[in-house]
Amino acid sequence: MRIPSERALKLMAIGTAAGLFSGLFGVGGGTVIVPLLVVWLGYAEREATGTSLAAIVFIAAFAAAVQGAYGNVHVLDALLVGIPAVGGVLFGTWLQQRVHVRALSLLFAAVLVASAVELLLE
Amino acid sequence: MIWLILIGLAAGVLGGLLGVGGGVLFVPGLVIVVGLTQHEAEATSLLAIVPVALVGALRQSRYGNVRHADALLVGLLSVAGVAGGVVLANALSGKALRTGFAALMLLIAAQLVRKALREGRKDVNPDEPGSR
Repeated sequence: MRIPSERALKLMAIGTAAGLFSGLFGVGGGTVIVPLLVVWLGYAEREATGTSLAAIVFIAAFAAAVQGAYGNVHVLDALLVGIPAVGGVLFGTWLQQRVHVRALSLLFAAVLVASAVELLLE
Repeated sequence: MIWLILIGLAAGVLGGLLGVGGGVLFVPGLVIVVGLTQHEAEATSLLAIVPVALVGALRQSRYGNVRHADALLVGLLSVAGVAGGVVLANALSGKALRTGFAALMLLIAAQLVRKALREGRKDVNPDEPGSR
């Protein structure tokens, strides 16, 4: 059996870490994948983002399948959220060149903090 | 039903605009607005992420920003981690999971603030967003 290269081991470690994170929190795992591709494998930010998105297709599909075995997935709800989100992303990307992203980032950070407090109080 | 579509649209626009991923927006939306449990919201979010990531990856691929072999390796080799993460999530109480998720949201808020401050007054950001 061939010994896997150091690079393959790093990719495997990134996949495992991202998978754990994704499965635990119900997110894609880009928060883990992007910085690790940059720091460990010398990716540029944009390549890391693109490659991360492609990996997330598999990660999220696997995680949804395992969650499905627990009976937790509301399939119709997922489609009603996920499909409009695709259109939203395209519009948001277009809008990015036309608005003050910096002010919006700060505003949205405040919304995240408020939502986090709301979750803690549920 | 209208709430679900609105959550999707709002999360998509913000994600495309700020470069944060779907999940961190889908999950709180599904809990706070729709009233799913934390476990159901996380599971449903994962399925909702698939079309968003797929379209994003196809676009990025056209720009030459995807290293396909690496993406495939990371994606396929995530299986063990994914299984562990989902089993762990289902072993935790809704409250513990919500607390952990709230911590994740605070972390992402901090990242957004740091990025905004670092970019200073630069208003045009050429980076294609979408994976975080």
